Amino acid sequence: MRIICPYCGERELGEFTYLGDAKPQRPAADAGEDAVYDYVYLRDNIAGVMSEHWYHGGGCRAWLKVTRNTLTHEISAVEPAAGVGAAKVGA
Amino acid sequence: MKYSIFSLARAALSGHKTWQPTWRDAAPKDRYDVVIIGGGGHGLATAWFLASEFGIRNVAVVEKGWIGSGNAGRNTTIIRSNYGLPGNTGFYELSMKLWETMEHDLNYNAMVSQRGVLNLYHSDAQRDAFARRGNTMRINGIDAELLDQAALRKMLPFLNFDNARFPVQGGLLQRRGGTARHDAVVWGYAHAASALGVDIIQNCEVTGFTRDANGKVTGVETSRGRIGAGKVGMAVAGSSSRVAAMAGLRLPIESHVLQAFVSEAIKPLIPGVMTFGAGHFYVSQSDKGGLVFGGDIDGYNSYAQRGNLPVMEDVCEGGMALIPMIGRVRLLRQWGGIMDMSMDGSPIIDKSPVDGLYINAGWCYGGFKATPGSGFVFAHLIARDQSHKEAALFRLDRFQRGAMIDEKGQGAQPNLH
Repeated sequence: MRIICPYCGERELGEFTYLGDAKPQRPAADAGEDAVYDYVYLRDNIAGVMSEHWYHGGGCRAWLKVTRNTLTHEISAVEPAAGVGAAKVGA
Repeated sequence: MKYSIFSLARAALSGHKTWQPTWRDAAPKDRYDVVIIGGGGHGLATAWFLASEFGIRNVAVVEKGWIGSGNAGRNTTIIRSNYGLPGNTGFYELSMKLWETMEHDLNYNAMVSQRGVLNLYHSDAQRDAFARRGNTMRINGIDAELLDQAALRKMLPFLNFDNARFPVQGGLLQRRGGTARHDAVVWGYAHAASALGVDIIQNCEVTGFTRDANGKVTGVETSRGRIGAGKVGMAVAGSSSRVAAMAGLRLPIESHVLQAFVSEAIKPLIPGVMTFGAGHFYVSQSDKGGLVFGGDIDGYNSYAQRGNLPVMEDVCEGGMALIPMIGRVRLLRQWGGIMDMSMDGSPIIDKSPVDGLYINAGWCYGGFKATPGSGFVFAHLIARDQSHKEAALFRLDRFQRGAMIDEKGQGAQPNLH
């Protein structure tokens, strides 16, 4: 598996660290316990195309949003993750 | 078919042409008291214990492929009970004790070999942590010995004791740990369960659950038709989320790939199982002579049953740091298996929120050693509708209650367990 970083180009997997599914959103501070439980512990654990967060620690140190198929490891898109990284390139 | 020295002699005299299949390849009936989804070690062990210990013999095990085609056939065959946390310690020792009697109980040679499991330590802090774990084991009646460097130099003279970064100071040894022949474990449970009337149904993929008006599970839809069931147990680690989703459940589990490796066969070198304490590398030697080794999971969600090169490199570096001479051995094959990584690194054996559906999941990369214990406590849960005392903490709702069993203390990040 190689990831084409939008800042650095195509790099080998060892430069990247995986966080996980990009879908869970941190609930509001006053959300109930169930919402926090859902966010922290429960996962869709998709078998197929999944959007996920990777960190390019061995390169530009930006957070990336990678669209990848968990059945085949095929990567169909890599974008800067929302936040500082995305702001840099106006994404 | 009962196996003994006499059956072996008789078959030998007839040129080994009289052996019969050791279990029945059954076709599905309309209904069973219990249907177990998953014909791996855990599912077959559950069926065997339901029939032999709990008197429920109208049982089917349904398997998508062939029995033992999942993680039961893709692991590194290690058995041990050297856990430190309440919940794990007693459960894995229950499993260890069942390993010690299983071949006799099943009338099947599973090549259970108590050749010892040795965890090496490389610093004073690690020695203290291992001493603590060893003490935890001993006060729970489990064998553990803390060995110093002098003892290890006699036992394993080829280790890189004086490595500048990771000197080997000693190790925690569980002599009762060891290895077992993974495929024979599957075949042994199938052999014994089938003899008690359990139907083993292969090439039968579960595609959904049938439910009554109250939502209770009444059976499974499969690629070989509908099968009714009083109760349904799922033992499909690796695919637990996918099967649970058919019942509308989301689980605290991610599926990750773990790689394992086998070298070409060499003369006897590694006497037991050993683990490198300064990186993730563990190794044993099969009876055929190949070094069987592995390390970390790859670290990203995967259902692909194959991994990538960075982990392979990391594992081999760990091996070289510990045993420099294995750099001369050639790698023969390598594969990946799909791990049910739970959010605290410990398994889930519990009733599900759906009436009639029982869950056995979340084994992370440690399911093989648990096979007999898992089957026993899961059969207990299904038969009696209450957890066995040694599995009482493996509850599905423990994450909600904050009652995690986090052996590594990593928190809710499955790829770090």
